[in-house]
Amino acid sequence: MSFFASLRRLDRRWIFLAIGLLVVVPLLTGFHIAPVLPSARARGFYDAIEKLPAGSTVVLAGDYDPGTIAENYPMHLAATRHLMARKIKIIAVELYPGGPPLADRVLHLAGAEFDRKEGVDYVNLGYKSGNEAVMSQMGSSIPVTFPTDRSGTPVSRIPVMKGVENFSQIKLLVSISAGYPGTKEWVQQVVSRYHVPMVAGVTAVSAPEYYPYLQAGQLQGLLGGMAGAAEYETLVKAPGLATRGMDAQSLAHVFIALMILLGNLATLPQRSSGGKA
Amino acid sequence: MKREVPLIISMAAGIFVLVGFFVPHPLVRTGYDKIQQWVIIVVAFTYVLGMANLLRLNGEQIQRRAKDWPYKIALVIACIATMAVGFSEGTHYLDDGTKFSWIYNNLYSAMSATMFSLLAFFIASAAFRAFRVRSVEALLLAIAAFILMLGRVPIGNMIHPLLPQAADWLMEIPQNAAKRGILMGAALGVMATGFRIILGIERTYGSEGG
Amino acid sequence: MHLSGDLGIWIAALLTLGIFSFLYKDNPAYKLCEHLFVGVSAGYYVVLNYFSVVKPNLLDPLFHGGAHTDFLLVVPLVLGILLFSRFFPKGDWLSRWSIALILGVYPALRITGFGQGDFVEQIHGTMVPLWVAGNPGATIGNWILVVGLLATLIFFFFSKEHKGALGGTARLGVYFLMVSFGASYGYTVMARISLLIGRVMFLLHDWLGVLHL
Repeated sequence: MSFFASLRRLDRRWIFLAIGLLVVVPLLTGFHIAPVLPSARARGFYDAIEKLPAGSTVVLAGDYDPGTIAENYPMHLAATRHLMARKIKIIAVELYPGGPPLADRVLHLAGAEFDRKEGVDYVNLGYKSGNEAVMSQMGSSIPVTFPTDRSGTPVSRIPVMKGVENFSQIKLLVSISAGYPGTKEWVQQVVSRYHVPMVAGVTAVSAPEYYPYLQAGQLQGLLGGMAGAAEYETLVKAPGLATRGMDAQSLAHVFIALMILLGNLATLPQRSSGGKA
Repeated sequence: MKREVPLIISMAAGIFVLVGFFVPHPLVRTGYDKIQQWVIIVVAFTYVLGMANLLRLNGEQIQRRAKDWPYKIALVIACIATMAVGFSEGTHYLDDGTKFSWIYNNLYSAMSATMFSLLAFFIASAAFRAFRVRSVEALLLAIAAFILMLGRVPIGNMIHPLLPQAADWLMEIPQNAAKRGILMGAALGVMATGFRIILGIERTYGSEGG
Repeated sequence: MHLSGDLGIWIAALLTLGIFSFLYKDNPAYKLCEHLFVGVSAGYYVVLNYFSVVKPNLLDPLFHGGAHTDFLLVVPLVLGILLFSRFFPKGDWLSRWSIALILGVYPALRITGFGQGDFVEQIHGTMVPLWVAGNPGATIGNWILVVGLLATLIFFFFSKEHKGALGGTARLGVYFLMVSFGASYGYTVMARISLLIGRVMFLLHDWLGVLHL
C-alpha cells in the first residue's frame, strides 16, 4: 500500500492521540515557545478600565458556563482583578444558568487579593432568565429586575447598590460572554440605546462576529478566546491559566495546519488519476 | 378562541414593547416594563416545563424498557436528587461548602467542560479527513484559516513577525466587511420576521400540535 | 506527583475520563456520564430558576409584599402554570397563551435591537473616509472595507439573476465571504483546542498534582 493510500486509511484515533499529546507534553514539561504580545484590541479593553475614575460603578456580565470555562474564566478573573485594583465598584450579573458560581469564584478570589468587601465594593446579583428582556429591563430599573442578590439579600440593603437605578449610573459594561445571550445582545439592547461604553471578552468561536462592533465604536475593546485572555493577563501583569496554555495552543495549531496540508496531499494522487483508488 | 387569543396576546405584547421603546410616556412605559417583567418569569417556568417533559419522556422509556433504559434510570435519579438537594439548601444553595455547590463543581461543571472539550479531537480529525481545497473559494478559505491559526498564537510571531500583522489586517478589513454584510442582512431578516410575528402573519407557533 | 485527596475531584476526574473514553469508541461509561450530565443539568436549572427568578420576582412580591404587594403578578403566575397544560391533550391549547407572550415580546425587542445595533450603527461605521491624507494603508483599507461590504450585500440580493456586472460583484462578495469563513474556522480551531487545554489542566493540576500553575 502506498504512503498516500495508508494516509487515507489512517484511523482517526491516532489523530486524537497526537492532539492529546501535543496538549499534555508542553503543559507537563513547561516547554515555552514564545512570549504573548498584546494586540490593539486587548489594549483597548485594558485602557477602557484604566481610564475609569476610582469609585465608578461598572456592570460585569459573566454570561458563560463551565462549557467555556477555559476561555472565559481567565479573562473574567483578570478583568475582576483589574477592576478591583483600580477600586471600581462591581455589579455582577449572569444570564447563563451556569454562570453564578463562576462569578462568585472570581469575585471572592479577587476580593480577597485586593481586600474588597462583598456588598460594599461588589455584589453578585446572580442569574435571571429572559435574555434580552433582562437587559432591556435593567435599562428601566436594575433593582426591580434584580430585587435580591444571588443569595437572597434585598438590594435595598446592599451598600454598593445605593444610588444605582439603571444604566445612567453605570460607567462601563464589561461583558464576558460565550454566545447567546451575551455581547451581541448587550450591544443591541444597552450600548445602542443607553450609550454605555462597553468592552467584551468572548470565546474564540464568536470573536469574528464582534469585529464590526469594534470598528463601529460600539465596543472599546475585545478579547478573543484564550489568546485574548493571555494578552490581557500580560497587560495586567498577572500571567495565569491562559498564558500557561498558549504554548500547547501554538503546537496544536501547527498540527492542525499540517493535518489540512496532509489531508489534501493524501487525496492528490486520487484526483490526478481521475478519482480511482 | 384557540387561535385568536394567542394572536391578540402576541400582538398586544409586541406593539407595547415596540411603542415603549420610542415613547417615554409613563402610561406606555408602565405597560412596557410590566410585560417584560412578566416574560422573565414565564421564561423561568419554561425551564421547569422542560425538566418535567424530560422526566415524563424518560419515565415512559423506562416503563416500556426502551433502548438504553437503565441509563434513563440514572438520568431520572440524578435529576430528582439534584433538585432535592438544591431545594433543601434554601436561598444559600450555591454558597461555598453546600452540597448543591459540590454537585455543581464536581458533576455539572466537570461534565459540561469535558463535553465541549471533545470537540478539539474532532476538529483535528475533520481537518485531515474533510478539509479539501478543490476550488478558488476553498483555497481562499484555507489561506485565511492558515493565517489566522498561526497568526493569533505566539508561535506566529516566531515564524515571521508579519504573520500576526497579517492576521490582524485580515480580521479588521476583509473579514470585517463580509461579517458586516452578514450582520446587516440578518438584521433586515430579523426585523421583517419580527414584524410578521407581531402582526400575526407568521403563525407557525399557533398551528395545531405546534 | 501529588494525587488529590478530595473525593469530589476524584469523581470529577473519573467523569472526565469516562466522557473522553468516547474517543476510543461509544461505551457504557460514556453513556452513563452523558445521562448523568443531562439529569444533573435539568435539576440544576430548575433549582436555579426557582431561587433566582420565581421566588424573588414572583412569589415574594406577590405573597409576601405586604403593603407593596403587586397583585398584577397573578398574570405571569397563571401564564406560567398554563404552560403545563401541554401535558393534557385536551387542554394543550392553553399553553399557547403563555408562548404567545414570549413570541410577542422577543421579536419586538429584536426589531429595535437589530435595527439600531446591527443596521443603523453598522451603516454609520461604514462611513469611513475614502481618502486619508498621508496614510495610503488606511485609505486602501477603507476602500476594501466599503467595496467588500457592498459586494457581500449584493451577493445576498437574490431578486435579480447574478449576471454581468451584478454577477461579477456577487462573485467578489463570495471571495470576501470565503475569507471571513476561513477566519472563523481559524478562530473555531483556537476555541476547541483551548477547551481541551482547560480540561487537561484540571486533570494534571487538580487531580494528579503534576502541573504547577
